[in-house]
Amino acid sequence: MDALVNLLSWALLGAGSFFLVVGAIGLVRMPDVFTRMHTTSVSETLGVGFILGGLMIQGGFTLVTFKLVCLFILLFLTAPVASHAIARAAIADGVEPILDGPEIDARDGDDLPPLGSTKKVTTAIDASGAEASASVIVEDETVNTGGKR
Amino acid sequence: MMFVVTMAAVLISLALATFRALAGPNVFDRVLAGNFVGTLAILFLAVLGFLNDRPEFLDVGLVYAFLNITGTYAVLKFFRYGALGGEAPPNEQEETREGVSGVHK
Repeated sequence: MDALVNLLSWALLGAGSFFLVVGAIGLVRMPDVFTRMHTTSVSETLGVGFILGGLMIQGGFTLVTFKLVCLFILLFLTAPVASHAIARAAIADGVEPILDGPEIDARDGDDLPPLGSTKKVTTAIDASGAEASASVIVEDETVNTGGKR
Repeated sequence: MMFVVTMAAVLISLALATFRALAGPNVFDRVLAGNFVGTLAILFLAVLGFLNDRPEFLDVGLVYAFLNITGTYAVLKFFRYGALGGEAPPNEQEETREGVSGVHK
């Protein structure tokens, strides 16, 4: 029984360590404030939850476990609030999220798209519309030349 | 043994978050990394208590959790309004104000 409890605790601690390190790697490698916030929230919910759960199992029914439960509830409530506050402050300050993958290289140049995802759609519509109008003009020209002849 | 692995994970995450806090291009990257460092400090205290068989640092961890959320809000409010006390500025100043992240041009 003791070995089973230890095994469960170790599994929780290992899972928490894994998610903690994954979130920290994402915090370094992600390109944007908002995507970094996304990976940090993984660490602050799954990593903290699993690690504190493993410590609770190690603590047993003592005052230590009660303090760990208080800590878990506090972190579980305040981490999304802090993330929301940071995201709201960043949006209010004018930081724009990167919405499309291939546009990341183009953001260093002069022609900065206002929002990456809408640019592709509008260019596609413009291209098809230009083709359609061009074909209509060509047809009118042929009709006109035919009338002149 | 497993506490050592968890402590190593906490320390690796602390190093990566410190790198982001030092290299972050925006203020908000630094605030985010600072918030994450605060969370990792709480985990560090909890795991260190179990590692030394003296889990009395959890009270300090509770205080750190309150200080973490309060400090994050204080920094964000300071960068938004330029002051921590008094009344919030009217909306006209909000429109013409320059951002702290340097993306307003």
